[in-house]
Amino acid sequence: MKIGAPKELAKGEARVALTPESAQQIQKLGHDCLIESGAGAAAGFSDEAYREAGVVVVDGADALWRDAEVVIKVREPEEREVERLREGQTLIAFFWPAQNEDRLERCREKGATVVAMDMVPRISRAQKMDALSSTANIAGYRAVIEAGNQFGRFFTGQVTAAGKVPPAKVLVVGAGVAGLAAIGTATSLGAVVRAFDVRPEVAEQIESMGAEFLFLDFEENQDGAGSGGYAAPSSPEFREKQLALFREQAPEVDIVITTALIPGRPAPKLWLDEMVALMKPGSVVVDLAAEKGGNCDATVPDERIVTDNGVIVVGYTDFPSRMATQSSLLYATNIRHMLTDLTPEKDGVIVHDMEDDVIRGATVTHGGEITFPPPPPKVKAIGASQPKAKPKEPTPEEKRAAEHAAFVKQTRTQVGMLVAGGVVMWLLGLVAPASFMQHFIVFALACFVGFQVIWSVSHSLHTPLMAVTNAISGIVILGAILQIGSGSWLIALLAGISVLIASINVVGGFLVTRRMLAMFQKS
Amino acid sequence: MLQQEFVSAAAIAASVLFILSLGGLSNQEKAKRAVWYGIAGMAIAVLSTALGPRIGGFGWLIPMALIGAAIGVWLARKVEMTEMPQLVAALHSFVGLAAVFIGWNADMERTRVAAIQAAGVSFDGLSAFATMLAHKTPAELTFLQVEVVLGVFIGAVTFTGSVVAFGKLAGKVGGKPHKLPGGHWLNGGAVLLSLILAIAYFNGAGFWTLFLIAGLAFFIGWHLIMGIGGADMPVVVSMLNSYSGWAAAAIGFTLSNDLLIVTGALVGSSGAILSYIMCKAMNRNFVSVILGGFGATQSEAAEIEGEQISIDTGGVASALNDAENVIIVPGYGMAVAQAQNAVSELVRKLRASGKNVRFGIHPVAGRLPGHMNVLLAEARVPYDIVMEMDEINDDFADTDVVIVIGSNDIVNPAAQEDPGSPIAGMPVLKVWEAKQVFVCKRGQGTGYSGIENPLFFKENTRMLYGDARSSIDALVPMID
Repeated sequence: MKIGAPKELAKGEARVALTPESAQQIQKLGHDCLIESGAGAAAGFSDEAYREAGVVVVDGADALWRDAEVVIKVREPEEREVERLREGQTLIAFFWPAQNEDRLERCREKGATVVAMDMVPRISRAQKMDALSSTANIAGYRAVIEAGNQFGRFFTGQVTAAGKVPPAKVLVVGAGVAGLAAIGTATSLGAVVRAFDVRPEVAEQIESMGAEFLFLDFEENQDGAGSGGYAAPSSPEFREKQLALFREQAPEVDIVITTALIPGRPAPKLWLDEMVALMKPGSVVVDLAAEKGGNCDATVPDERIVTDNGVIVVGYTDFPSRMATQSSLLYATNIRHMLTDLTPEKDGVIVHDMEDDVIRGATVTHGGEITFPPPPPKVKAIGASQPKAKPKEPTPEEKRAAEHAAFVKQTRTQVGMLVAGGVVMWLLGLVAPASFMQHFIVFALACFVGFQVIWSVSHSLHTPLMAVTNAISGIVILGAILQIGSGSWLIALLAGISVLIASINVVGGFLVTRRMLAMFQKS
Repeated sequence: MLQQEFVSAAAIAASVLFILSLGGLSNQEKAKRAVWYGIAGMAIAVLSTALGPRIGGFGWLIPMALIGAAIGVWLARKVEMTEMPQLVAALHSFVGLAAVFIGWNADMERTRVAAIQAAGVSFDGLSAFATMLAHKTPAELTFLQVEVVLGVFIGAVTFTGSVVAFGKLAGKVGGKPHKLPGGHWLNGGAVLLSLILAIAYFNGAGFWTLFLIAGLAFFIGWHLIMGIGGADMPVVVSMLNSYSGWAAAAIGFTLSNDLLIVTGALVGSSGAILSYIMCKAMNRNFVSVILGGFGATQSEAAEIEGEQISIDTGGVASALNDAENVIIVPGYGMAVAQAQNAVSELVRKLRASGKNVRFGIHPVAGRLPGHMNVLLAEARVPYDIVMEMDEINDDFADTDVVIVIGSNDIVNPAAQEDPGSPIAGMPVLKVWEAKQVFVCKRGQGTGYSGIENPLFFKENTRMLYGDARSSIDALVPMID
């Protein structure tokens, strides 16, 4: 198959779907690679570099779209690109089918197969082709760098000869992939980072990245986790609490990075004008949700504005494109993994297996039909597990009461057993002769001692314990010794055999125990 | 000749020494002294009894004891540590057989003494036991009969049961549960018949009843243990350990010998506690273990999706080289493959490069309680890095690499996650919480209990197929 990557048409888009590195891997799958001349220039890949990797460089988009059987792209196709699609051609790109229904319909009419990279299901097996995550990762990193660029102070606290510098306080709202990347970048720059998310189970991830999780004390067990590892909309009461928390934080923090998105909806407004007003002059808000309307009231998409009180609000939507080389490398790898899954035999033949969860989920048109939305994946997403409810700390009174109850119960069973044992002894004493009772008491006491002693034996010494009990159960030899002097030859014979086998036990048991115990050594 | 008073005092000393001997096993250092207490106690007991009043037959006694001792020395020297379960089972059977013989003897002696008494001959020249019998009242003699029946019955069950257990552990008898048609009804019938015979015996039916009771008990012991699967062997061996103690105690009652009673009771309770611990570790009811193996109440276990991913030794070695915390979980497979020395060498190298290497031992790993500890000790693994399940189970989450060598059911997550699993609720080592798990296994088969193990299908699990010993041997040179 011929896999071709055209130059991106969107304004300011510097990324490219094919890199010389990924091209080499794709060729190993038996495919040929094409690229439109100059497509990689903005991302730092020259035509020469592609040629060296064995890629055919084609002049002009028309030629590329004509030659390629599979077109790989970054952004969703524009109108004129859709027109170039033909029957049987496959397009792999971000598509956003829910927002682009008309375009989806046009693709279907053209008879092309469209694989939407944004629809790859969030299951473990598909992580390697999850382009949203790799893009979000870059966005989170870049957001911090961008904030640092706008922010007039150090991130890290320092004590210098010229005076003390306090560390910058960063608040990250929404701890998805982008949020976590932002937390990681900001902490490694030395900032004090706090983070908030509606899904309580991410607290652990936030803390593992070195940030403090802002815990929201909310009665009703609000769990903001929807399926697929994304957040779901929250109730009005919860939202009120959340805003109150932000209002409290606003005067303290220097940098706010908002990443809150809910799939298929406009971004929730979380950083309202009043919070911006509470912030110190020179503070920075970076709104990663700007493309979906922004989490901050003051955000203007694609622009950097300064509010009346001197707060800088950054609403760029092209963070990944601002790091085109890195983004292209990662995105091209995602695409390459997708092609690997589509080429199971590695023979250059694409098999579009609609039974496969990942391929089925990402395919939005196939065989002249719209296959969106996909059925829910069979495998549950990661991160959907419920956090364990913290066991309630018992109050001192409760603890004391529980201890007392346990004590009473224990006393009751112990006294019960003693009484029962006493009754049994008494009943036995009614029928048994006195000499038997004497022996029986010895027996009962020995059992009791045995139970007390054996419980303290270490687990690791259970085999030596068995060997030593083996040896001492050879004590039956005493019985044989007492009988062996009998006048009857049969009795003497049986007793003799008993002596023989019991002494095997005694000697063998002790020696083997000693051998074993000698082996146990301390390091 | 020693006085009877002296013999009694010696018996007390011996009892105390035995108790100290068992109590000393609470830790490895004390244990080395404890075994000498046991030896001293036994020496005192045997010598004082043999030199006591009215003991004869030294012409029999001394050679027999010497032959037995010689066999014992030879056995103890040559046995491999992997063969410990067989040896323990074989030793149990000896106690059982001796108990049967002594029980029979007691009855024959009783009839003989009664005949002598009836003839009015003097008691002089009788053995110690016969003299004692001659002084018993009729009520005491009736109780003696009960004791004899108990001693013979328990002894006989212990004997055949241990022989079968020995056969299974030594691989001479198939490990799968095997029952005659009729199953436990057959055992029940045999018990009932024994009871009838016992009542006949109490009413003076003669020695043949006792002989038949022993025969029936032999059958019960054989049939009972034949019906238990190999994975339940730790419970079976501990149970037989307990029985051998109770048999000794019953014989002690017969002979009115307190030392025998005390020792028998100690051994009996020790075995009972071990059985309890083993059952607890498998989350199984003692009765259900004894009455048969897995599979009887098996419900539909959850289907497992996914595939087992294999890895080569190079991959394991590089993961080990990168790891900080390593836990090794050995099982019976390690004993079968004789891999303990290779494992020890691997551990030595890993520790030399500064890694924290520990062992996690499940209570029922192997075929004998504490079996893995002994094997590792033999391979010179220091005992302070060999941990019990409860000590180490919370540490798996912080562990980089877990190597599972030849164990299966004891690391099966289904025990905790799948209520439909036959081993549901059994405490297991939570190896799957570690970052990476390598399972060293012969092939794709299921474990002893025949249960599919979802661990092998987990994403952080890689399978290292092949003989455990050669796999680990190949791994050792790759560790730097």
